[in-house]
Amino acid sequence: MIAVGASFGAIAISYGLPVWVPFLMSTVVFAGGAQFLAVGLLAAGNPIAAVLAGLLLNARHLPFGLAVAGIVGTRWRDRLVGSHLMTDEVVAFTLAEPDPARRRRTYWLIGCTLFTSWNLGTTLGVLLGGAVGEPEVLGLDAAFPAGLIALIMPSLRDGPTRRVAIAGAAIAVLLTPVLPAGLPVLGALLGLFALYRPRRRGGADQDGSAVEAVEAVESPPRRVGADRPTEEPC
Amino acid sequence: MLIAAILVLAAGTYAMRLGGVVLRDRLELSAPLQAALPMAATALLAALAATAALMAGADLAGVARPTGVLVGGLLAWRRAPFVVVVVAAAATAALLRLAGVP
Repeated sequence: MIAVGASFGAIAISYGLPVWVPFLMSTVVFAGGAQFLAVGLLAAGNPIAAVLAGLLLNARHLPFGLAVAGIVGTRWRDRLVGSHLMTDEVVAFTLAEPDPARRRRTYWLIGCTLFTSWNLGTTLGVLLGGAVGEPEVLGLDAAFPAGLIALIMPSLRDGPTRRVAIAGAAIAVLLTPVLPAGLPVLGALLGLFALYRPRRRGGADQDGSAVEAVEAVESPPRRVGADRPTEEPC
Repeated sequence: MLIAAILVLAAGTYAMRLGGVVLRDRLELSAPLQAALPMAATALLAALAATAALMAGADLAGVARPTGVLVGGLLAWRRAPFVVVVVAAAATAALLRLAGVP
């Protein structure tokens, strides 16, 4: 997280934006993907597009909020502060915690840790500038999706959840070339319709279907499409 | 203009974050719908992982990144610790790029 934050700070500076821009964004926006997208558009002199694209990309936080509402807390102070800490990683870590009693602590611990390291990273990136280098050289672009997969893996061992997730992931990947950033991921919500498909009972062994789950999430879409219908998870 | 754009983006993002948290109380959700919420969150996260692993903008992401993620995913499936998954994925992608794989 520090390294990704550092590459954000360095990129914002390399675009020639004022020094306070990455700091302000990392503090008040605190959403990695939207920040990378927005600095690019801001640097290109298109602030309205930056706002619209960033908001579209962040629209997934609404369903995230519905999912973690009971975990964040019921007091207004907790809701107001806790909502700002909500990111993909925090939601993933929280839902990966099997003990409901400990989810609240996980949410706040991970949220505070990530907020701190993201802003620390941004500061480092601004200070070091070009010395940070491209995140690709360190393979950091592979670390984010792999970490997400590790976090949702326990949920994926549940049959219906796995069907919904694989259908949603396939829909998002297929929509990515044709829709603006943010919408394809929201399209994954259509994966919930996989629940209403007639289900085959028994037969499929747990391990076999888990392998399929991993493969379908990760293999290039052309392979998924060639081997089997994309929305047929099991 | 720059500061206005950033503040509007921040306010909108915060509104969507808080919106879900606050609306949850106001909505009378049926039991199946309540059970679907964590599934919806998992589907969104899976979609993020899949698009981040496979796509670079509107194009495919090359070979190094999907391979790194595949290695990480297999380790996660074999219940390897989180840190091992993340480091193995990054190291695989970095080494492949070092070897000249796109």
